[in-house]
Amino acid sequence: MAKRDNGLNLQSSNLITRFFIGLFVAFMSVFILGPLFWLALQAFTTTWTFPNIKPDGWTLIWWRRVFETPSMVEAIRNSFITAPIVVLLSAVICLPAAYAAARYNYIGRRVFLIGMFAANSFPKLGLFASIATLFYALNLMGTMVGVIIIQLLGTIIYMTWIPAAAFAAVPKNLEEAARDAGASKFRVFRGITLRMAAPGIFVAMVMSFISAFDEAQGTYLVGAPSFFTMPTEMYALVLTYPVQIAAVFSILLAAPSVLLIGLARKQIIGGQLAEGFQIK
Amino acid sequence: MSNEIEGLELIGLSKVLGGRLIIDNLNLTVKKGEMVSLLGPSGCGKTTTLRMIAGFLIPESGTINLAGKDVTKLGPEKRPSAMVFQNYALWPHMTVFKNVAYPLKIRKMGKAEIEKRVHDVLTVVNLMHHKDSRPGQISGGEQQRVALARALVQEPDILLLDEPLSNLDAKLRVKVREDIRALQRRLQITTVIVTHDQDEALSISDRIAVMNDGRIEQFSTPQELYDQPATEYVANFIGSLNRIEGSFGDGQVIAGNEVVGIRPEDVTFSKTQVPGSYPATVDLVVPRGHFYEIYLKRADASFRAFISVDVPKVGDTGFAKINKALIYKDGKLVRTA
Repeated sequence: MAKRDNGLNLQSSNLITRFFIGLFVAFMSVFILGPLFWLALQAFTTTWTFPNIKPDGWTLIWWRRVFETPSMVEAIRNSFITAPIVVLLSAVICLPAAYAAARYNYIGRRVFLIGMFAANSFPKLGLFASIATLFYALNLMGTMVGVIIIQLLGTIIYMTWIPAAAFAAVPKNLEEAARDAGASKFRVFRGITLRMAAPGIFVAMVMSFISAFDEAQGTYLVGAPSFFTMPTEMYALVLTYPVQIAAVFSILLAAPSVLLIGLARKQIIGGQLAEGFQIK
Repeated sequence: MSNEIEGLELIGLSKVLGGRLIIDNLNLTVKKGEMVSLLGPSGCGKTTTLRMIAGFLIPESGTINLAGKDVTKLGPEKRPSAMVFQNYALWPHMTVFKNVAYPLKIRKMGKAEIEKRVHDVLTVVNLMHHKDSRPGQISGGEQQRVALARALVQEPDILLLDEPLSNLDAKLRVKVREDIRALQRRLQITTVIVTHDQDEALSISDRIAVMNDGRIEQFSTPQELYDQPATEYVANFIGSLNRIEGSFGDGQVIAGNEVVGIRPEDVTFSKTQVPGSYPATVDLVVPRGHFYEIYLKRADASFRAFISVDVPKVGDTGFAKINKALIYKDGKLVRTA
């Protein structure tokens, strides 16, 4: 009997636990997704006045307004030009460094890797301000080049750490086997190492793109008043336009990130590295 | 000189790794078409030696001649050698076909020629049905054969095998090693195989180099290694050995400053006395499958014997005869009796 009571107790306590977990998840969902949901609705409403539960009407006019306002179109265009350039530049600069950090045990390797974090852990605005004085001297203020350099800074940590881990995860044996098969060092890197680290590099590129695409602080400091991207345009937008315009813009700003994370998810879960290779 | 051999020649090879002398003035000659094992415990330098032959390590001093050419300073991609790695090192993002075709693709061979050669070699290792599978989708034994095919397709002057069977289960290991031996004989391909498994070395090799601490202790045929182990180390490593301090005379262990090595299979036990046998008591009987290991105590010494017929019981008395003894002094074989 005692045993059975125990079992019942367990079952009921299980049920209570599950109820609270469910409640917590629901609460978090409302907390996280609620504002996004509200934003998505706002982008399509004529007006939505307190205390109405649902919007007063539906419209696409805000979308048209956004695409008919030259400054907004330009901001969108700027964002979609700078972010990919930043990602490519970042890859060119950081991937060799990531490879070196993964494959060679040079003096100062740890310092280099930790240093990447250090740059991100200080208040960025201070860093940007000092860069700005340098940019004034170099005539980079208000230019696309200046903005690209600023955005590049935020991507470095992603482009070194994630690919370094990806390179380190490629078993050395696989590279040696390719050398043994007659491939030059460069060919081994291209055909084996880079190919096998590709999912990690792709994830790094996605994270870098999102970071660059989303960067507002430095971009505003260096780009304004002549060069605006979507996030910096948001500052002006929030102050001078109806909230629905901001909602449309937010959706436009979020869309590429959501799309890319969706794509990267497959790559992350793919787990090709372990396949067919018994790491001992 | 080296042109006559056309196999592999290692001359005065030395290698330092991490500040430690791993290989110490090593010399080895492998004839063309011969299969040689590097046998020894882990840390004896056998894999380091293989990696120097393959070109992954460059020796501090010494010369490596492959097929009559000095390759000491060449990178692995420039050497006429092909290696099968311990964990196979197949490229997981390529199919079996592509794994095997890769070395040919690098040699810029025509598509039709590649197709034909890969087809041929996959037929040899009996893997045609898996040519479109990924390495992750096939078994360990099959992966091993893909690795072998990838090496063979290069038609190397020398095939290097690094513990190729250690990741297979015991049954499969015996089958695969016989397959490898048959293939090696058929293709007449010079082969160096690294192993720590004496059974494997004894059954597969033309000659075995027993390594210890960066040096070759003895380089001989399996039979000679077993019958005439040149050092106490080799005698211990190959087969089983009773090691008794003393000397040997008149079929008995006598006082002395040598070491007497007696193989358990060189001891016979009988109920009746025969010339050269002495009274013995059975202390312990251990069944070992197709034979029994019995612990015998005699007036002069105690030792083990392998017996498969007329197995005695514990406490039985009889007569034990030592048919052969290996006598070592300072670790070196001085005589057999």
